[in-house]
Amino acid sequence: MDSYDVLILGAGIVGAACACECAAAGLRVGIIEPGVTGGAASAAGMGHLVVMDDSPAQLALSRFSRELWRDLQNQLPPQVEFEQRGTLWVAADAEEMDEVLAKHRTYGSMAAASEVLDEAALHEAEPNLRSGLAGALLVPHDAVIYPPAATAYFLASALRQNANRPAKLLRGVRPVKAADGVVTLQDGTRIAAGNIVIATGVDTTLVPWLNLQKRKGHLVITDRYPRFVHHQLVELGYLKSAHKLTEDSVAFNVQPRQNGQLLIGSSRQYGDLSSEIDPGILGKMMERAVGYLPSLQSVSVLRVWTGFRAATPDKLPVIGPTLDPSILVAMGFEGLGITNAPGAARLILSHILQQEFPIDPAPYLPSLAPVLHA
Amino acid sequence: MHDSDPLNHGHLLVVVNGRSIPMPEGSTVAAALLTANAPCRTSVAGEPRTALCGMGICFECRAVIDGVPHQRSCQIPCRDGMEVETQP
Repeated sequence: MDSYDVLILGAGIVGAACACECAAAGLRVGIIEPGVTGGAASAAGMGHLVVMDDSPAQLALSRFSRELWRDLQNQLPPQVEFEQRGTLWVAADAEEMDEVLAKHRTYGSMAAASEVLDEAALHEAEPNLRSGLAGALLVPHDAVIYPPAATAYFLASALRQNANRPAKLLRGVRPVKAADGVVTLQDGTRIAAGNIVIATGVDTTLVPWLNLQKRKGHLVITDRYPRFVHHQLVELGYLKSAHKLTEDSVAFNVQPRQNGQLLIGSSRQYGDLSSEIDPGILGKMMERAVGYLPSLQSVSVLRVWTGFRAATPDKLPVIGPTLDPSILVAMGFEGLGITNAPGAARLILSHILQQEFPIDPAPYLPSLAPVLHA
Repeated sequence: MHDSDPLNHGHLLVVVNGRSIPMPEGSTVAAALLTANAPCRTSVAGEPRTALCGMGICFECRAVIDGVPHQRSCQIPCRDGMEVETQP
């Protein structure tokens, strides 16, 4: 039986980051991916590296992770398209402007830079936004990347570490069981590992006890319109709509890509498990975007696609060891898997090596994850 | 009666990247760009691109026409005084 120090199931951006981290620490790493590496949620999302303050634990992990990305930026190959665009949280009215001020204080308490823009400063920063908006909070260190290329970079880094104990990527094989330090593949092959990290995104086949829901999203990409917007633009109401656990919702969220294309989001739907485009919610999403950026109306759209986020009931990812001490999970990142991948990888490595944790790991422990309702 | 020489049709003046180009009536903007020896657009890698399929399918001929970006120049007839620019 082949054996590894760490066997990672799933080569999306989270699994790939875990592989990279573990290999760099000198561990012998195996990675199993039945499909396309970085081909599911990692390929469907926007690639917005963003500090989110919807809960203290989310803030701690996303801030830690975004700083890891910034530390990494000079090592990333050009195709990752890392750009420190900054996020503009756009406030539509006075009430939302109060939230801007509250958010500014929250970021300040975590030593995360942010700057309040009034109406005039916002207009100067983003002339294509409609007039009459109240202002915005600029989070200048947030960034954007192209996630599939980042996933490929993490995998390549993992594979070239440790010349004498090289990592191995097993593609096109499907694990059907993981327990007691052994992973069993569909063809009956068994592989031993001291630690098994399950990072299979929305697929809970190997961890049926984990309470994840698929939350569908739509994204639109346009032709190239360089300098149409300069920052990642998100409506401040985003948290309100992103937080709703049951209702379908849309929010204004536009990202400039390096080549001038625009990514337009976002939608959130529960219960729709088909990957088909839903014209109704897509229409609402585009209306929402045009409401903020009127001249979007005349841009040329190239493509629309859908993807699924893995949502947990408390909106926090599940990272750490399980009742079976050989099994760790790194799942349930919802819309923050790209941002939080490097931080999650650090936490997983700290659990494996029983080293000091860079941030408090407690909020993400599987033992605290709300159990599946019977 | 059909005119055997299209250049005998009435002429229009189309401004391509700042240069006035006389074009026969009924010509497409893609033809004006070709006549001006100007690329329709520039690829992501900065390479020149021009009309390929000529029937609005391939989108290679996109250009800025009267200030509107990403217009398929092979599908749009020239108008007198039209301003055409290579799509950056």
